[in-house]
Amino acid sequence: MKVVVDMNKCQDHGQCVFAAPDVFHFDSEGRLAHLPEAAEASREEVEEAVDVCPLQAIRIED
Amino acid sequence: MSGTVVVAGASMAGLRAAEQLRAAGWHGPVVLVGDEPHMPYNRPPLSKEVLAGKASFASLAFRPRASVSDVRWRLGTRVVGADLDRRTVQLDSGEQLPYAGLVVATGMRPRRLPCPGPVQGRHTVRTLADARRLREALTRPGARVVVVGAGFIGCEVASTALALGADRVTVVDPQPLPMVGPLGALLAEALLDRHRRRGVQFALGTQVTAFQGDDRVSGVVLADGTALAADVVVESVGSLANTEWLEGNGLDLTNGVLTDEHLRAGGRPDVVAVGDVARFPNARYDGVARRVEHWSIPTDTAKHAARVLTAHLTGTGVPLGPFAPLPTFWSDQHDFRLQSFGAPVLGMDDVRVLDGDPAGDPEGDLLVGYHRGEHLVGVVALGGRRAVAAAARYRAELLEQPALAVPLEEHK
Ligand SMILES: Cc1cc2nc3c(=O)[nH]c(=O)nc-3n(C[C@H](O)[C@H](O)[C@H](O)COP(=O)(O)OP(=O)(O)OC[C@H]3O[C@@H](n4cnc5c(N)ncnc54)[C@H](O)[C@@H]3O)c2cc1C
Repeated sequence: MKVVVDMNKCQDHGQCVFAAPDVFHFDSEGRLAHLPEAAEASREEVEEAVDVCPLQAIRIED
Repeated sequence: MSGTVVVAGASMAGLRAAEQLRAAGWHGPVVLVGDEPHMPYNRPPLSKEVLAGKASFASLAFRPRASVSDVRWRLGTRVVGADLDRRTVQLDSGEQLPYAGLVVATGMRPRRLPCPGPVQGRHTVRTLADARRLREALTRPGARVVVVGAGFIGCEVASTALALGADRVTVVDPQPLPMVGPLGALLAEALLDRHRRRGVQFALGTQVTAFQGDDRVSGVVLADGTALAADVVVESVGSLANTEWLEGNGLDLTNGVLTDEHLRAGGRPDVVAVGDVARFPNARYDGVARRVEHWSIPTDTAKHAARVLTAHLTGTGVPLGPFAPLPTFWSDQHDFRLQSFGAPVLGMDDVRVLDGDPAGDPEGDLLVGYHRGEHLVGVVALGGRRAVAAAARYRAELLEQPALAVPLEEHK
């Protein structure tokens, strides 16, 4: 499962980090970073991350 | 069990409810009825990026999950009544829609000021249409703007109006400080100072008693008799729940739809309420029923309510413990952000600075903790990205706190 984040939209709210900590994290500067390829087992978490992004910046591509 | 789930209200909470019904295993028909002509869209940018012209109206639309491609959308359609005993809702077309399950997701509408005077030139910000009209008014050169209400939408609109080149922006509020209810005095002081340093003016501890002008607003009159010239007035003085259509069914509709700990209304297993309109007890705190108008709530409530409703419809037991969300809100104003986790309002008697120095750099980051007894019940950050990240570090601690034993008075 491919996880795409539009970094032009991202405003570092971090809600995705809480929803799917295996896929999203903050780097040492407090900026969002993520794994572009996520295990199928994390699908529910990543779907939740998509829902809770205030900027609608996250997309799952199958 | 067969039958249809009707979702009344087709905005964020309605959409999330439909998606979560599918995720919970409800494969039967779902109909969403919404009175706006649009598919669900994101409201926070209406007072920020969209009003400022930095994001297009088109960019607001939510991307529904593929799982709801088969739900029926009845847009531009109002629900005007409901008979919960007979399990039908009535539409403005005269049609009666039978349901097996009903999701109440009709949200709020802005409260209006009951003051005398002209109506033209007075705005609210709740819908796409509202934001379009206000943007047009604010982009006329040299606009003098009065924002009534220093809550989060009022403060956001004031900062956006200034960025759009308004000549003068004044915020009026009966409270002595902006956003003092959700933030407490310590942070509200810092917020006031930051707004003033960027040029927003305030008339605090007073209220609007009348509007001046013949056919359109030219000014507002305050309680002490002073008048402020105004070309544009924005009323952000709270909201009213859209529940009139549910009257006559014996539900408690004072300030939203009162629900039990599983978001079910009136003791009925087939009616749930989600989003801004739901007044629910939060088992994380004192169990007192409150409405919460934060962006995170439509998603949180939808997930819980959809599981509960699906369990009922498919004849299985309630699958989970009581609803216990962690309230979360943010607000972007000028070049800074406010980020809140937990329930600061329950810890206003013991407010401690966790990081930063309110007496130091007036633009420095601040992180504030709200306590009840020995327990941290909320944190709020004011500042840039680092402050927000610092607040997020307390989130786990907030999640671990035990429930408050002593019920509090309802705060609203
Ligand atoms: C301008 C603005 C800025 C915001 N900014 C932030 C922010 O920065 N941070 C934050 O945490 N939260 C913010 N919020 C709050 C957040 O957007 C709301 O909590 C959320 O939108 C609530 O969604 P909802 O679906 O419950 O209600 P709503 O979005 O109000 O949806 C209810 C829908 O039901 C429709 N409806 C009503 N009555 C009927 C009827 N009888 N028949 C059919 N349809 C009906 C309405 O027209 C509407 O489309 C903001 C809200 C606004 C308005």
